[in-house]
Amino acid sequence: MATDAERAGEAAAVDKQRLDADFTSLYKTHLRDVYSYSYYRVGNHHDAEDLTEQTFLQAYRHFERAQRESKGRPLRPWLIRIAHNLAANYYRDRSRRPQTAIDDADTLVATHTTEALVQDRDDLKRILECVQQLPDDRREALIMRFALGMDNREIARALGRTDGATKVLLHRAIRQLEELVKNAENGSG
Amino acid sequence: MAVGESRVSQSFDIEARLKAALAPIEPPEELSLRMESRLGTLVELAADELEAWELSSLRDPRNWPRAALRPAAAVVVGAGAGAGLVVLRTRRRRHKRRAQAHGALDLAERTLRDVAREALRVFEDAAPRR
Repeated sequence: MATDAERAGEAAAVDKQRLDADFTSLYKTHLRDVYSYSYYRVGNHHDAEDLTEQTFLQAYRHFERAQRESKGRPLRPWLIRIAHNLAANYYRDRSRRPQTAIDDADTLVATHTTEALVQDRDDLKRILECVQQLPDDRREALIMRFALGMDNREIARALGRTDGATKVLLHRAIRQLEELVKNAENGSG
Repeated sequence: MAVGESRVSQSFDIEARLKAALAPIEPPEELSLRMESRLGTLVELAADELEAWELSSLRDPRNWPRAALRPAAAVVVGAGAGAGLVVLRTRRRRHKRRAQAHGALDLAERTLRDVAREALRVFEDAAPRR
């Protein structure tokens, strides 16, 4: 006959197995999202890999609590928020600035889909350079919307803002980018 | 002119251009393999840690009284609550018993019978249903 301690141990083991299975599923579903976000934040594959790895390791440590508190809501905003905080530390600790667009636009073109390959290479590079000139919060909101396909509510949760504030942020980001692109095109034409 | 018009229409299609520029990036294969291996190691470490914690918890004599005291304390608290309930229910019937009793001895007998009956009811209520 099993003792209380044995029964508690078995229950804990079952919980742990379920939690690990859930985490594996989360990891498989969102690896590309976290990697894309990291890449557009830091601008090179080496650091993006590092950031992605750190994000999932940190997520694993706090997964049980996050799952409990999410009450069934998607965990992608939580994951991206971890990557966002780690990226902020990355710049602060190493006094680096993102390299996206200018240095790596050629690499980006090579990694994009066939559909994107038919786009004008200069146009792509110009857009990325202009994204780079945006304030951090606007740039991040655009990455979340266009690279990850997150909706307003998800972006709001990832950035710790209200849905309304996020809608305004995205609108302003797009308007500002439009202006920057127009200026760049007029300047180069 | 045609070039200018094209630029204007391109500007207005900024969202489509953004979508093309910020296309999702597939993580390198090595990263996926490395991550899976690392997560696998973490899972094993966590399982070992859990097992070690359980064993050390049982091996440590300081945990024995706690482990033994919890059920004992539950029994004491439960018994106390049950006894209180028996007294309360028996006291509720005291006027009726006095009215029906023929002398002190009869009253004592009736009181004892009520106590036994209430104790049985409390026991039956507390016993798990099968």
